[in-house]
Amino acid sequence: MSRPILILGAASDMARAVARSFAAEGHPIQLAARNVSRLDEDASDLRTRFGVEVTVHEFDALATDSHKAFVEALPTLPAVAVCAVGTMGTQAESEADPLAAAQVMRANFEGPASILAHLANAMEARGAGTLVGISSVAGDRGRASNYVYGSAKAGFTAFLSGLRNRLAKKGVHVVTVLPGFVNTAMLEGISTPAPLTAEPEEVGAAIVKAVKRNTNVIYTRPIWRIVMAVIRNIPEPVFKKTSI
Amino acid sequence: MRMLSGWGRFPKVECRVIRARNQEDVRQAVLEAPLIARGNGRAYGDAALNPGLTLDMTGMDRMRSFENGVLVAEAGVLLGDIIQAFLPRGWFPMVTPGTKLVSLGGAIAADVHGKNHHIDGSFRSCVDWIDLMGPDGTVTRTKPGEALFDWTLGGMGLTGVILRAQIRLRRVETSWIVQESEALTSLTDTIAAFEGAMDAPYSVAWINCSAGKTHGHSILLKGRHALPHDLPMDRTEFDLGRPGKTPVPFGLPFLFKGTALRTINSLYWRLQRRKAGRAVVDWDSYFYPLDGLANWNKLYGRHGFVQFQCALPRDTAEAGLAEIMEAIAASDQGSVLSVLKRFGSQSGPFSFPMEGYTLAMDFPANKRSLALMERLDTITLAHNGRFYLAKDARMPKAVAQADPRAADFAEMRKQAGLAERFTSVQSRRLGL
Ligand SMILES: Cc1cc2nc3c(=O)[nH]c(=O)nc-3n(C[C@H](O)[C@H](O)[C@H](O)COP(=O)(O)OP(=O)(O)OC[C@H]3O[C@@H](n4cnc5c(N)ncnc54)[C@H](O)[C@@H]3O)c2cc1C
Repeated sequence: MSRPILILGAASDMARAVARSFAAEGHPIQLAARNVSRLDEDASDLRTRFGVEVTVHEFDALATDSHKAFVEALPTLPAVAVCAVGTMGTQAESEADPLAAAQVMRANFEGPASILAHLANAMEARGAGTLVGISSVAGDRGRASNYVYGSAKAGFTAFLSGLRNRLAKKGVHVVTVLPGFVNTAMLEGISTPAPLTAEPEEVGAAIVKAVKRNTNVIYTRPIWRIVMAVIRNIPEPVFKKTSI
Repeated sequence: MRMLSGWGRFPKVECRVIRARNQEDVRQAVLEAPLIARGNGRAYGDAALNPGLTLDMTGMDRMRSFENGVLVAEAGVLLGDIIQAFLPRGWFPMVTPGTKLVSLGGAIAADVHGKNHHIDGSFRSCVDWIDLMGPDGTVTRTKPGEALFDWTLGGMGLTGVILRAQIRLRRVETSWIVQESEALTSLTDTIAAFEGAMDAPYSVAWINCSAGKTHGHSILLKGRHALPHDLPMDRTEFDLGRPGKTPVPFGLPFLFKGTALRTINSLYWRLQRRKAGRAVVDWDSYFYPLDGLANWNKLYGRHGFVQFQCALPRDTAEAGLAEIMEAIAASDQGSVLSVLKRFGSQSGPFSFPMEGYTLAMDFPANKRSLALMERLDTITLAHNGRFYLAKDARMPKAVAQADPRAADFAEMRKQAGLAERFTSVQSRRLGL
C-alpha cells in the first residue's frame, strides 16, 4: 500500500483537486482544515471515486501553538504534505486596517511556515518526505493592487526556498508551487485572461508530477514563468508608474 | 456577467453566473433570484441559459457512495468521471448519450437516451431517486411513480435544482465493444435493418442526407459489450487508456455546404463500407467518437450551429424521414453526420423518446438553415412527431405548443409555483 498524503487547508477548490490527483494514484489521503465536518463530503467522494482510505483532521493554520501537537497526533507521518492554506483578503481592507492586513500575512506566511516547519523536522528525522507549499506569483513582485497578500506570499516563497536548501542533503524535498490565475472561488467574479487561467485539476496534476520528479519550483501554466520574468525585470522607476 | 452559450455556440447570451459548491450555495441562489441550473453546457441551445442568474453546478461533483453498482452522487459529476471510477471495477452507465462530458444533473434533466433506447429505455430507467431543491429552498427526495419525478425527467431544469441522485450502473465484463457494421443504400433498407436488429443491445446509423448519388446511404452500427473470450489475446479486459484530444482547426464553415459536404459524406460512406464487418473496439471510441476532438463545435465558425432532432412514431417514420431528407437535399444545406436511431416505447410523460425513429442533424446557424428547419418542423408535425429540447435553439413557440404535453407542463409549473423561480431563455421562448 502506498503512503499517505496530507492536504492542509483541504476545503478549498484547489486543495480538493490536489487531493483527487493524489488519490487517483492510489494514495491514502489525510484531509486537514478548520471545522472538520465540512470535509466529510469530500472525504466520502475520495473514498467512493478512488477506493482509498481517507482520514479528516481538525487544523487551524493560525493556531500556531497547536501545530506541534497536530503533527504528533497524525496516525502516520505522511509521505507528502501539501500546504494549500491561504486567503486573499481584499487590498482595500488591508490598507484601511493594518490589523486586517496582519491577518492576511499570518494566514499566508506565518501559519503555513509554522506547520511546514514542524513537518520538516519530523521528515528530516525520518530522512524522507516531500513538502509542497502553494505560494503565488503575487509574491514575485509587490504590486499596488495586492501587495499585502503578495508580501506574505513572498515571505512564504523565500521560506520554502530556504527550507529546500536546508533539507536537500537530508532526503527531504520541497516543492514551491506558484499558481497564476486559477479558476477557483477566490477568483469568482473577476475576469482573467483565458491563456493565463488554469483549472484546479491542472494544478493538481502538475503537483503530482512535480512531487514524482522532485521539481523545485513550478508555475501552473508555464507561460507565467515568462510573464513574471518580465514583470520582475521592469526597472523600479518605470514600474512605480504602471498599474499592472 | 459572462458570455454563455450551449454547445452549438448559438445563441450567445450574457448571463450572471454563480457556482455552487454545496447545498447551502444552491439554497441561497434559489432564494435570491429566478434562475436556471446549468450542468456542463452540452445541451446545444438555450436550455441552460438565464441572463438574470445561471447556477453552475459543476462545483457540486462529489460521489457519495458506491455499492454493488448503486451510486449516490452530486448532480455536477460528469458521466466520464463515473466511467473513470467504475469501469475498471466492472461497471458502466446503463444509458449514455453520445458524449461522456455531460453532468448527472444534465442527463436527468434532459432524460437522455443512448444507442440502447429500444431495449433499456432512457436515463430514467437507472434512476432510483433524486434530491430536488424546490422554489422555497426545501429539498424533496422524489422517486419513480411520483408526479414530480416524472416531470423532472425531461423537465430541462424547470422543476427545480437537482442536487444529487442515486443511479444504478450496469455490470460489464470488459471495457470493449463488439461492433458489427453494415453499409446500406436506401432509407427503406436502413429501416428494415433496424427492425431486424431489435435484439442488438446498441444500434445507431449514420445516414447521408445530402443530395447526389449517395443520398440515403447509411452505415448501421450494432454493438454489445464484449465478453473476455471475444478479446484478442493481447488485450486486457479493462483498458481505460486516456487518449489525448486532437485539436480541430477553428472555423471551416465552407465544408458544410454544397460540393464539399457531398464529397465528405460520400467519402465517409465509402470508407466505412470498406471497413464493414465485425470489430472489437474500445469503449471510448465506440460511445464517444466526438469527445476525442477538442472543441469540434468551433468548426462551424463564429456564428455557431444548430441541431435539429425530431422523433417520429413508428408507423409514420419512413414517410416522414423520406420527406425530411428530400427537403434537406433540395435545400443544399446538408448536414454532416446525420444520426438515425430506433427508439423503444415512451417511458415518461414529458421525455422526448417515443416508439419509432429519431433523426439528429447539425446545420450551420444561418438564415438558410433556419428557414430549412422551419420546413422540417412542418414535416415533423404532419407526421405526429416531436422535438428534442436538449438540441433546440430556435423552435417557435407555436411548434413547441403543438405537443399537447407542453401546455400540461406549463400549467403544472404555474400551479406549483415553479414558473416564477425556474426559468431559462428556452422556457420563455417556448412558453413552458
Ligand atoms: C456531442 C454530443 C452528443 C450528444 N448526444 C446525445 C445523445 O445521444 N442522446 C441525448 O439524449 N442527448 C445527447 N446530447 C445532449 C446532451 O446529452 C444533453 O443536452 C445533456 O442534458 C447535457 O448535459 P449537461 O450536463 O451538459 O447539461 P447542460 O447543457 O448544462 O444543461 C442541460 C439541461 O439540464 C438542466 N440541468 C443541468 N444540471 C441541472 C441540475 N443540477 N438541476 C436541474 N437541471 C439541470 C439545464 O437546466 C438544462 O435544461 C449530446 C450532446 C453533445 C454535445
